[in-house]
Amino acid sequence: MTEPRDAMPPRADAERSLLVVEDLCLSYRTSRGPVRAVDRVSFDLRRREALVVLGESGCGKSSLAKALLRLLPRNVDQVSGQVRLAGLDLLALSEERLRVDVRWVRIALVMQASMNALNPVVRVGEQVAEPLRVHRGWSRARALERAAETFALVGVATDFLQRYPFELSGGMRQRVVLAMALVTEPDLVILDEPTSALDVLTQASIMNRLKQIKAELGTSFILITHDVATSSELADRVALMYAGQIVEVSDAAGFFREPLHPYAQRLMASVPRLHQAERPSHIPGQPPSLLSPPAGCRFAERCPRRHGRCVEEPPIFQRPGRHAVRCWLAAPGGST
Amino acid sequence: MASHPEQTTGPLLAVRDLRTWFELRQWGFMRVGSVRAVDGVSFELARGEAVAIVGESGCGKSSLARTLLGLHRPSGGVVDFEGQDLGRLDARALKDYRARVGYVQQDPYGALPPFLDVRRILAEPLIVHGVSDRHERERRIRAVLEEVRLTPPDEVLPKFPHMLSGGQQQRVVIARALILAPHLIIADEPVSMLDASVRVEILTLLREIQRERRLTLVFITHDLATVRHFTERLFVMYAGRIVEQAQVDALLDRPLHPYTQALLAAIADPDAANATRVRSIPAGEPPSLVNPPPGCRFHPRCPQAIAGRCEVMDPPLFEPQAGHLTACWLHA
Repeated sequence: MTEPRDAMPPRADAERSLLVVEDLCLSYRTSRGPVRAVDRVSFDLRRREALVVLGESGCGKSSLAKALLRLLPRNVDQVSGQVRLAGLDLLALSEERLRVDVRWVRIALVMQASMNALNPVVRVGEQVAEPLRVHRGWSRARALERAAETFALVGVATDFLQRYPFELSGGMRQRVVLAMALVTEPDLVILDEPTSALDVLTQASIMNRLKQIKAELGTSFILITHDVATSSELADRVALMYAGQIVEVSDAAGFFREPLHPYAQRLMASVPRLHQAERPSHIPGQPPSLLSPPAGCRFAERCPRRHGRCVEEPPIFQRPGRHAVRCWLAAPGGST
Repeated sequence: MASHPEQTTGPLLAVRDLRTWFELRQWGFMRVGSVRAVDGVSFELARGEAVAIVGESGCGKSSLARTLLGLHRPSGGVVDFEGQDLGRLDARALKDYRARVGYVQQDPYGALPPFLDVRRILAEPLIVHGVSDRHERERRIRAVLEEVRLTPPDEVLPKFPHMLSGGQQQRVVIARALILAPHLIIADEPVSMLDASVRVEILTLLREIQRERRLTLVFITHDLATVRHFTERLFVMYAGRIVEQAQVDALLDRPLHPYTQALLAAIADPDAANATRVRSIPAGEPPSLVNPPPGCRFHPRCPQAIAGRCEVMDPPLFEPQAGHLTACWLHA
């Protein structure tokens, strides 16, 4: 570590990536053997950018979110690879420095269903102010003042500061949780399924706020979701996961218009659209078990474009424009 | 197709001014009001018709479903099912009624008893409804597994719910709903717990079975994007009422009620341009069902509310186009 112990790590300049993840692996111990939930995941995220990690249940997307902040359950077997936040290696950092310098100060995480994890006997204003008092050592009055500003940012009336969680609707509680993540003005906010438990109108209204916050504050986001339509509400870039691996990373325009990986294509075809006469089509079969994933391509068994080469594991092929695909069809001279 | 109720021998189900209220009590005995979960709902369902009820959480759609299933007693109004009034059935008649109405729950894992295998889960309704011959039960269980495409039966029958994938669990739930040969299936958010790639498969299966058996299907959902492909008619609920009902294409392409218009405007089709588009969303939240606002229940949030009318008078259902009904003064 080159920086002095007490100073904040240097912030990266605008050109460099904010977060670089390389070959990240995470496995859990289970009674039936190790399960590799995250397998050689690599991506980078720039400042002011929103990356959506898209995938179906069990693909490892929530494990990935937790691995980025090393918020890991006890049955973790092994974590390897690199997670660099503006040059700082988060996996090598001591637990104490990670807690003091990174979590909530530079990266905030909104976990799945966290709106139900608010303290029921503390007014929500106090709860939103708490990270500032803990991490920044601010006075209660100053922290509450900032909490009020953050409430306005996420669309909660400031008189709600005095309320208890049970007095708020689900949508309001989700906004409060969002305010908690934003109140310290972190560089990066990781959102794990932030709107999946909410109604259509509430969901759209929260996505509106996130777009505004991203434009005004320049916060970077990693949005983890299974919902293709919602993902397009914020994404600059999309990373699609399947069975623990990222199978395609691309900018949003390319991904939603013409995805290259056959899984991405089939997934897009399975999404019902409001103004489309064509009936969506499902993907036959199931994802493989992560206890004993197939040796070759993990999607091969369900893939309509499978060919001889798919028994070997495809590497990640780089395509022009920060676009990467883990499929033999994307090989130079391939037919995608 | 039986999409015109007047052409068949009469509706399977006629609901008139149905109310399902839940009493609120303080200290366990003082009545302090009611939650008007379903508050004046009327519609008819033809035999063999598939209908979706769409609305946000708390709009009363699940309470409506549970009332139709005979799990809540209606507080008022009439549910007429094949000529019988649901509110007047005694315990025995209600048991017979439940054999004619199948229920597909939202969360398949929660809906299946964890310590029973598939064979036992499917045998249970048959035992309760007096199919005492073991061979007859086995025959019907195998037939229904074929129908929901859980094959081979010998492999599936000894399995416990946790050994099945989410999609397979939901097939077991559907099989259980079908095994007594009901006339009506009520599916409450049948795919909201499943992955996108499996959802279509389960909905397609439900639709095929519904057509083959000429069942009436009530499909409750909050997801407007799926309904076009799987139902014929659509009801939109808001704050305990049906605010719009029509054929599914008409309703999705030319919505009349401002609430339906807002719902449709809030839905995204996957498109990278969404990231830069701010959607117009009506402010506020659905009203309390204990003290609903006077007049139209959507008026506090409605961008087109007519002053002096909408906050005073409750709009009845108008029919500005044949078969397209809406409870909105704009279409009086």
